[in-house]
Amino acid sequence: MTVATPPAPTAARPQPSKPRKRHDRSSQQRREALALVVPSLVPIVVFSVLPLLQGVWYAFTDATLRRNDTADFVGLANFGRLAGDSFFWNSFKIGIIWAVSVTLLQLVLSLGLALLLNSNLRFRSLTRLLALIPWAMPPVVVAIMWTMIYTPNGGPLNAALGAVGLPSDTNWLGDFNTALPAVIVVGVWVGMPQTTVTLLAGLQQIPLELTEAAAVDGASAWQRFRAVVLPALRPIVVSITSLNFIWNFNSFGLVYVMTEGGPGGQTMLPMLFTYLEAFKNRNIGYAAAMGVVLVIVVVLLLFGFLRSQFKKEA
Amino acid sequence: MRTRPVVRVGQYLALAAYIVFLGFPLLWLVSASVKSSSELAALDMNVIPKSLNWGNYTEALQKQGLARSAVNSLIVSLLSMVLVVALSMPAAYALARFKGRLRTVGITWILVSQVFPVILIIIPLFLVLRQVALVDTLFGLVLVYTTFTMPFALWMLQGFVAAIPTDVEEAAAIDGATRFQTLRRIVFPLLMPGIVATAMFSFVAAWNEFFFALVLIQSPENYTLPVALKMFVGGEGKVALGPLAAGAVLATIPSLVIFSVLQRRLTGGLLTGSVKG
Repeated sequence: MTVATPPAPTAARPQPSKPRKRHDRSSQQRREALALVVPSLVPIVVFSVLPLLQGVWYAFTDATLRRNDTADFVGLANFGRLAGDSFFWNSFKIGIIWAVSVTLLQLVLSLGLALLLNSNLRFRSLTRLLALIPWAMPPVVVAIMWTMIYTPNGGPLNAALGAVGLPSDTNWLGDFNTALPAVIVVGVWVGMPQTTVTLLAGLQQIPLELTEAAAVDGASAWQRFRAVVLPALRPIVVSITSLNFIWNFNSFGLVYVMTEGGPGGQTMLPMLFTYLEAFKNRNIGYAAAMGVVLVIVVVLLLFGFLRSQFKKEA
Repeated sequence: MRTRPVVRVGQYLALAAYIVFLGFPLLWLVSASVKSSSELAALDMNVIPKSLNWGNYTEALQKQGLARSAVNSLIVSLLSMVLVVALSMPAAYALARFKGRLRTVGITWILVSQVFPVILIIIPLFLVLRQVALVDTLFGLVLVYTTFTMPFALWMLQGFVAAIPTDVEEAAAIDGATRFQTLRRIVFPLLMPGIVATAMFSFVAAWNEFFFALVLIQSPENYTLPVALKMFVGGEGKVALGPLAAGAVLATIPSLVIFSVLQRRLTGGLLTGSVKG
């Protein structure tokens, strides 16, 4: 779900390992703990762990959505077919372009905004409020709102372009060249609040003395940013960027409502493609194979990214 | 530190650009929701409507069962909110208080669930729910939302539990209270702010959710608000923009209100996780 951020306030302190007192006491504790956890464990196992495993299994079958259909094991046939499916790989390419550009733009724009919010300017609280609203909005509403902005006739974007003498008849979401950039802008808009707020919290943790000392030593604003602020911010940048990338790659509602993948598949993100294969073409075995491939690729990309980051740090 | 005037001007220009980018779409949506259809069709960018046309709101509520889907959304969100809190409270307590393997597994699961490939889960989930006749029912949706909101709710709540000093509980134990009594009389009241925050978060998550609802709900009388709004866009060729905007504004209000209350709780979070890690 889009609003989900992982952590909330937590007081994780290192736990000294207690010497085990009496055996019966620790086993009683264990039983207590189990009794407390079971109620929440049941739905998680039934509705997410088992389906996940089953989903992986479907990837190796020819299951369809037809009633009374038996899912037969077909080995790697789905993956073989997928390897030659140019529509899937095209959608995959679009998904990467989408996720990478949205994530990078989110990072750059949010960093800029966080720096502004961290300096002593007027209108900060207004900006902060504006930056938070997208977070609360249902993605469907965001999509509807931006569809109105992009409306070719009567939309404010074209009206504004017309007012300054630029071509004002672009069908932003309907044109082959502009559809993907247009939805990317919306993706950035939606994801900015969380990134900005996180980076701002990070900026506020950097001790003022550090930047001041650098300033006294004659460092310019840019040098201070590069040598002091950026390194201090690095762990936060890495974690928010990884999360943003995953969330963006898995995003569905926004683009589905704005374009349904069109025009001509120009905005057909892999999630949309897989959804259509599963629930419109009803080939769930094949769709599950797509899901498996998507998950593997995301995990690999992320692993590579995090590894390179840790190497730099070491 | 003094900032040179040139830099200041640049900063304000940048801030202005951000305000326009972030704020203009919102302003336009609200303004479109009170514009007449003739004004909406004109190619101009008047943010201030010529006349306030509240008719869009009444029309939106009558159209395509939007009111009914709002009621559905309310039912689903409230039920999953109650379920999430009830189920995650004991588990959050266990996560915060009992150390060892349970905690490690729990925390790992919570983090992994944040990057969950929903597309892989939705297919078998659909089949499971179909077998027990819960596809296309609001209750089925409640179960799904409960499951997928729980990890974050657990994370939030266990943080609140951890903040309660253990001494209070030990004192109660010494006075002869059982674990259950301690939970009910001591921990629960202290945990109230955390429970409220978790409840509100769960409500918003269910209220805004679109993907599961799109897949699992088929009959229009069971649509939740986001699905109904989506059908509003896709349906009947020419879209009535005014009522659509009005519906969109109405759908945002509950989340916005809750979020403004929750804001500070949600924003501290990511940092504590990343800095200490």
